[in-house]
Amino acid sequence: MGSIARIEVKDANPVAALQGFCARLLADGEISAVLAPRRLPGNGGTMPALVADPAELRDVDPLAPSFRLNAARMLTRLTRGTDEGGLVAALLRPCEVRAFIELCKLNQGSLENTLLVSMDCPGAFTNVDSARFSGNRGDLDALLGFLRADGRGAFDGVEVARACRTCEHATGAEADLTIGLFGQDVENGLLLMANTPRGEGFITRLGLPEASDDGSRGSALEALLAERRATQEKLFAETTAATSDMTKLSTFLSACVNCYNCRAACPVCYCKECVFLTDVFEHRPWQYLSWARQRGALKMPTDTVFFHLTRLAHMSTACVGCGQCSNACPNDVPVMELFKTIAASTQKAFEYEAGRDPGEAPPLSVFREREFPELTGGLD
Amino acid sequence: MQELIVTPEAQGEPMPGAAFEPAIVAFVCNWCTYTAADLAGTSRMVQSPNVRLVRMMCTGMVDPKYIIKALLGGADAVLISGCHPGDCHYINGNYKARRRVKLLMEILPRFGIDSRRIKLTWVGASEGNEFAATVNSFAAEIKELGPIDTRRLPLL
Repeated sequence: MGSIARIEVKDANPVAALQGFCARLLADGEISAVLAPRRLPGNGGTMPALVADPAELRDVDPLAPSFRLNAARMLTRLTRGTDEGGLVAALLRPCEVRAFIELCKLNQGSLENTLLVSMDCPGAFTNVDSARFSGNRGDLDALLGFLRADGRGAFDGVEVARACRTCEHATGAEADLTIGLFGQDVENGLLLMANTPRGEGFITRLGLPEASDDGSRGSALEALLAERRATQEKLFAETTAATSDMTKLSTFLSACVNCYNCRAACPVCYCKECVFLTDVFEHRPWQYLSWARQRGALKMPTDTVFFHLTRLAHMSTACVGCGQCSNACPNDVPVMELFKTIAASTQKAFEYEAGRDPGEAPPLSVFREREFPELTGGLD
Repeated sequence: MQELIVTPEAQGEPMPGAAFEPAIVAFVCNWCTYTAADLAGTSRMVQSPNVRLVRMMCTGMVDPKYIIKALLGGADAVLISGCHPGDCHYINGNYKARRRVKLLMEILPRFGIDSRRIKLTWVGASEGNEFAATVNSFAAEIKELGPIDTRRLPLL
């Protein structure tokens, strides 16, 4: 693997250390701004902010377990097109990095114009739970406790989101740089690891002290991933059983009110205009009446299962499992569970993994002359 | 616009004493399979009447949602048929269609939709006999399989 440096932590405050790290990035001539989570006034939690003035870094808190939205879409706005204003350094969760890579494959953002910095991710609370965790309201000791436990367990009565508890991509290895937290004494120092040549270049230039990996990070990571994989298996089995036929799927989605918030919150729902918001679904009254007569009754609004199945077909191969769909759902429909389960099987079918490699083409954008002979009875 | 009235028999409602007649929606490409269907018709080949053709310019433009909508709307099966590999009028639309069908085969059967209800075939413009044979065997297979259950679901 690449170079490893150490980010010193003073006064047992890793948040301040990362603010210092951001200041170093800003001081580098090549970086024009830093996109990082910043504490919101009052209600607890963070939102991404594009910081250009080092003085404004005081509220930046990349470690807060708050994940109000997937910032991948924000970063595409800052990087698309040709490089005009220098690099934007982006501090992202691993799932945000992977979603951003998916969007770059569709030319909606550019990896050229950003320095991606990710971190060992202990997970984050849902938007509803976020403010209940005192660590999201300025209690540093609570945050340290959360980091020491790698996000395991309950804090102030709440656990991290189920998407995070079932996530097996916890390290942001797809980014240029990864901040290492797992197995580290976060009150004294964090690791900074380079994953790409651009990351290597920055590690050298930032002038941070060199460090070595003593293996504690690897073993902590392995233990965490083993637990998360087990939880994931359980989630897959539960969801598969709960949706095994159309009646069950219909019931599974029955609380859905067709608000399409899941679509709006989804970082990889890449269409500029969703077909479900177009005239295609502006049915005429006679059409509804015709359907009602055919079936005897028609559930309104219509096309709920159709919407979710279509979204599964359109973007499950790009799903990074960030869980923002469930986070955005006003009616607690287990959308993330459904999408994560199906995404695992569609991505496996095409030997694809969303966000793994920028060079890997989205499976529905390419084909081979000879493949899947089982579909056409062996004829090709 | 006129309302399309589908008779109960054609919808496959289990009428007492009447055999189940499946409704099959077929997305066929203009250049190969539609031409083959035309040939089968003008050659007066015997074909089962359960198939409704939707003429597309290319199977490569069959969005997965068309297939999903047909199956949710009560079609007992969907046939997608286009040019043989290498023969596509638009060079590679049929290869793209194959990937989309593969994708749906991973999704829909998990929700209890039998994978036999989705069929992809290659039928060239001169293969009227092949088209008739495909339609007849597919209709027979779906007849055996029985009606799809989406039609009777109160929630969707």
